[in-house]
Amino acid sequence: MSTTTYDHALDISGTAHVPFARLVRVELRKMADTRAGRWLLISIAALTALVLGIQLAVILSNDFQVDFRDFMIAMNTPMGVLLPVLGIMSVTSEWTQRTAMVTFSLEPSRSRLILAKFASTMLIAVVAVVIGLALSVAANLLYGALSGNEVLWDIGVVDVVFYFLLHAIGMATGFAFGTLFLNTAAAIVIYFVYSFVLPGLFQLGAQLIDWFADIQPWIDFAAAQNPLIEGNVSGEQWAQLGVSGFIWLVLPLAVGLWRVLRAEVK
Amino acid sequence: MIKVEGLTRKYGAFTAVDNISFVCQPGTVTGFLGPNGAGKTTTMRVMVGLTPPTGGRVTIGGHLYQDIPNPGLHVGVLLDASAQHAGRTGREILEIGARTMGLPSSRIDEMLEQVSLTPTEARRRLRNYSLGMKQRLGIAHALLGDPSVLILDEPANGLDPAGIRWMRGLLKGYAERGGTVLLSSHLLNEVELIADEMILIGNGRIVAQGNKASLLAGAAAVSTLVTSLDNERLAKALTAEGVTVASAGDGLRVESEPVTVGRAALEHGVVLTDLRHADGALEDLFLELTSDAQREHLVTGATA
Repeated sequence: MSTTTYDHALDISGTAHVPFARLVRVELRKMADTRAGRWLLISIAALTALVLGIQLAVILSNDFQVDFRDFMIAMNTPMGVLLPVLGIMSVTSEWTQRTAMVTFSLEPSRSRLILAKFASTMLIAVVAVVIGLALSVAANLLYGALSGNEVLWDIGVVDVVFYFLLHAIGMATGFAFGTLFLNTAAAIVIYFVYSFVLPGLFQLGAQLIDWFADIQPWIDFAAAQNPLIEGNVSGEQWAQLGVSGFIWLVLPLAVGLWRVLRAEVK
Repeated sequence: MIKVEGLTRKYGAFTAVDNISFVCQPGTVTGFLGPNGAGKTTTMRVMVGLTPPTGGRVTIGGHLYQDIPNPGLHVGVLLDASAQHAGRTGREILEIGARTMGLPSSRIDEMLEQVSLTPTEARRRLRNYSLGMKQRLGIAHALLGDPSVLILDEPANGLDPAGIRWMRGLLKGYAERGGTVLLSSHLLNEVELIADEMILIGNGRIVAQGNKASLLAGAAAVSTLVTSLDNERLAKALTAEGVTVASAGDGLRVESEPVTVGRAALEHGVVLTDLRHADGALEDLFLELTSDAQREHLVTGATA
């Protein structure tokens, strides 16, 4: 070779790491800057409004007596289904669309990046709960105005915290499934099997097999989350939430994170 | 400066990269050449921390890539121009990069202009881009942070001839300003004109490295293309010297160095109109070296 060998070091002393808050902002942007992402966000709000609207119509036409909690429970359904999908896609779209190569070359610390992704999904869960609450408040006020019944606000701060916890858990479970499968279609299908088919099987098993009835509350994560919706969680129920959550949230997340941190990014 | 030291990457029993070492100097363009599957991409992926090496290491300016804070400001990377979200617009892809690196939006406009993507094109989604447009966008993305090192995998792939010429000028200028450029290709003629140094890789091993002259010096057979005002007389003179001559198009193909042909022309008073190394000499060498990677053949005089 003709070139003389001279040491050309790269001076990185003046360069700071990409601040964590900036990573979170970029991740939030990435969830809304594609059609798929934007429409998923819009659908969550629109479906929630639609479900509340239908509920309001049914209540008014049947002259039911309801309170704020009834609207809050109705709001849970569309959010509970769609927020985990958002959690899944925040991870898997990087792999399905192969953007992970670019993302990780701009921030080589994968653990920081995954943490930023997780933080951004949690922020979305907070915003979703706030929007859901606002829509429920609107529904309850409309109910009062249209039915002439007394408007009841029977929830407290604890209930709101529980609602947030519920959707944070849903989002995190989706996120965990996303890291585990690193593929949008596979993660969504298996998540839906887990969230719609499995609880039925658990119930059936509990009815048919005696010993299974004893362990079912400890392994059925969906059933364990119900007390959060009721707004009243006993000590044993917290324990059941913890144990079943360990199985369905912590374990998949741990395996998934191990996979993301080690995997070759293709 | 990029320094590859004893790099090995195995996939089970398959060795994709087998103990390779080379250096890319600042102020030069290094061409990384090899047939498909030779290990170029794997090497470049290890460089930027996407693939962990089985052995050896790569440092950029003395640092492992993962130790460089905000690496986009130091190292521009384009590994696969298609590895971007198909639903994002070109501009949005640059926007995400610029925001991650903490750059102002004005930088995006500068880069779009530099790679000749119009504002209308930048508003289109990536799925509607041709490969050439994706490459331009990818190069814009790599240049966003004004890095001093560029690592580009097959950047000319999909570019039209004008695009290849544009890229050549861009990278030459970049190296002249002190930048370090490593670009890979499986096509020799893409790299030949632009690279100061060439690394030839086949089946995971470096089979030759050096500049064009030193590589050619080591080639077994050199031939020259010559056109003169009196081809017949020149051919006769060369044949008399024992050199093999064949007619080729308007001129002759001579199996020797251009200097031999020039001297013969001078002695016999023949006016030359064209005299050059036969195109393909380097290509023959390239094919010869990479066709059989079992052969541990390092071209003499071309080693580092």
